[in-house]
Amino acid sequence: MDFISILSIFVLACFVGYYVVWSVTPALHTPLMAVTNAISSVIIVGALIAAAAAGVPGAKWLGLAAIVLASVNIFGGFAVTARMLKMYQKKER
Amino acid sequence: MVPAPLVTPETLPVVAETAHAVNPWVALAYLASGVLFILALRGLSSPATSRAGNRYGMIGMAIAVMTTLVTHFPWIFPDAAKCAQIRNSNTDGSTFMFDGPGPCGYMSYPDWASAGEILAAIAIGAVIGLTTARRIAMTAMPQLVAAFHSLVGLAAVLVGAAAFLDPAAFGIVERITPIAEPTILRILPQSRIEMALGVAIGAITFSGSVIAFLKLAGTMSGKPIILPVRHLLNLTILLGILGLTAAFAFVDPAPAWMFWTLLVLAFAVGFLLIIPIGGADMPVVVSMLNSYSGWAAAAMGFTLHNTAMIVTGALVGSSGAILSYIMCRAMNRSFLSVIAGGFGAEAIAGGEAKEQRPYKQGSAEDAAFILEQAEKVIIIPGYGMAVAQAQHALREMADKLKAHGVDVKYAIHPVAGRMPGHMNVLLAEAQVPYDEVFELEDINSEFAQADVAFIIGANDVVNPAAKTDKSSPIYGMPVFDVEKAKQVFFIKRSMGGVGYAGVDNDVFYMDQTMMLLADAKKMVEDIVKALD
Repeated sequence: MDFISILSIFVLACFVGYYVVWSVTPALHTPLMAVTNAISSVIIVGALIAAAAAGVPGAKWLGLAAIVLASVNIFGGFAVTARMLKMYQKKER
Repeated sequence: MVPAPLVTPETLPVVAETAHAVNPWVALAYLASGVLFILALRGLSSPATSRAGNRYGMIGMAIAVMTTLVTHFPWIFPDAAKCAQIRNSNTDGSTFMFDGPGPCGYMSYPDWASAGEILAAIAIGAVIGLTTARRIAMTAMPQLVAAFHSLVGLAAVLVGAAAFLDPAAFGIVERITPIAEPTILRILPQSRIEMALGVAIGAITFSGSVIAFLKLAGTMSGKPIILPVRHLLNLTILLGILGLTAAFAFVDPAPAWMFWTLLVLAFAVGFLLIIPIGGADMPVVVSMLNSYSGWAAAAMGFTLHNTAMIVTGALVGSSGAILSYIMCRAMNRSFLSVIAGGFGAEAIAGGEAKEQRPYKQGSAEDAAFILEQAEKVIIIPGYGMAVAQAQHALREMADKLKAHGVDVKYAIHPVAGRMPGHMNVLLAEAQVPYDEVFELEDINSEFAQADVAFIIGANDVVNPAAKTDKSSPIYGMPVFDVEKAKQVFFIKRSMGGVGYAGVDNDVFYMDQTMMLLADAKKMVEDIVKALD
C-alpha cells in the first residue's frame, strides 16, 4: 500500500471515530475509555512481528516484552469493560 | 546505528515493501478487525447494546492477533515443515534470509521467538490483566485506566525500538548499494518519520500516564507542581523532538544517538507536561492520554502499513480528543489552559483569609425527617462520594425514600469524579438503574420543582459563583441550579475545606441549606437508620 492509501484510511477513520464517539452516551464514558484502551493494544500486532521475525536478538526480547504489556491491556481492558457494562441495568419492574 | 548487512546480495531479492500485507486475505482480515472495533464503540451508544459491542471488540482483536500469527509464524503456516527443512540445511545459521511472501514468512535469522515464548508472553499478560480487572475497586477505575494507557505507550516504544533495531523484519528497508559489496540496508526515510513520531508519542503517553496514575492513586500529591520556566522548557524539548525527527529522517545513515535521544526527550516531556496539572483537571488529563495512546498506535500502524492499527489509532485518538473537549467545555476552560497547568495552586495560598459566615448545621435525623416528607429529591454525587465509598449506602437511602413514594433522581456533572463517566459507573455498581441517572442539561430545569437537592461529595459543580462572580476561577462553568430547590442538603466532611477550585461556595450559607457535616458514607447510613 502506498502512503496516500494509508493516509486516506487514516483520515476517513478519524471522521468515523468522530461521529461514533459523539453518539456514545455520557453515562458510558468510563467504559468507553476502558474499551478504547483495550483496542489500542492492537499494537500487539507490531509486537508479534518484532518477536516473530527478529534478526537481532534484542529486537526479539523487545517484541516479547511488548507482547506481555499489550496482552495485559487486551485481557484487562476487555474484562474490566465487560465487568462495568454488566452493572448497568434498567429499573426492574 | 547503521543496520548491519544482514544478507549476501545473491540471497536477497529486491527489497520492496515486503512485510506489508501483500496477501489480499490478510489485508481483508485486518480491515475486518478495524470494522469490528468501530462496531465496539458504536455499541456504547446505549447500555442495552454495549455488551454486544464489547464482544465485537474482542472478536476484532482475536482476528488481528490470529492473522499476524498465521502470516508471520512459519510453524503455523502449512509449509512449516518445509521451512524447518530449509532452516536445518543451513549450517552456519546466520546467512540466509527469506523475504517476500514465501512459505516461511519474513524470517531473517533462524532465531525468532518460539511458539512457546509467544504463548508464554500472552499468558503472562492475560493472567495479570484478568486478575487486575476482576479485583479492582470501581472507585479505583481512573488509576487503572491511567495505568493501562501507560502500558500502551510503553508497548509502542518497544515496538518502535524493535523496528529501529531490526528494520528488515518489518520490511521497512531499502538497499542503498544495489550491486556493490557489502550490501547496506537503510530504513526508508518515510518509515523513519513514522517510527520517530510513534515512539515519541508512545513515550509521552507512558511517562505522562505514570504521573497521572501516581496522582490518581494518591501516591503522589494531587497538587500541581510548578517548575520555573516550565513553558519555555517544555517548548524547547518539544521543538528538540521535532528537530531530531526531521534530522533522523533525512541524515544518512541515521545515527542511533538521534533515535535514543529523541526517546529520552519524549519521556522527559511527558513527565514535565503532567506534573503541573492538579487533581481536579485529571479528567482532562486521562482523556488526553487516552487520545495520545491512540495516536501512538496509529503512527506504528503507518510504519507497519497495518489497517487494523491505523483504524484503531484513529478511533481511539478521536475518542480521547472528544472526551477532553467535553471535559474542558464542562469546566469552561480552554484545553491549553488545562495543559498549561497550575489550576488550584493559587487557592492554597488565597483560601485562608475568609471571614466566618453563619450556616445551619443539621443531623441525620433532621435530614431523614425532611426527606420523608419530600415529593422530589435530586441527588448530586461528586468525587467525595467515591472517596467515602458511599454509593451503596446512597442507593439504600434512595430505595427507602422510593418506598415512601418520593421521586428520586440522580444528577451528574460531566466533570464529577476523576474521569469521564466516573460517577455513572459507581452508581451502576451500587445497582442504581441507569434510567434514574441524568446529565446536567437534562435535569437542570427540574431543580425548581425539587423539594430537596441532596449534594454528596460535590462542591464546585453546584457553586453559583460560576454564574454570577466574574472574578471567580470557575466563572462560566455550567453548574447545577441547586439554589432553586426548596431545600439543599450538603454533605461535607467539615466546613474547612473548599472545592478543588479553592473558592468559597455561597450555597453553604443560604437560608434553605442544611449542612450535614460528617463522612459521606456514615452520614448516609445514619439517614438510612433514621428513615426506618
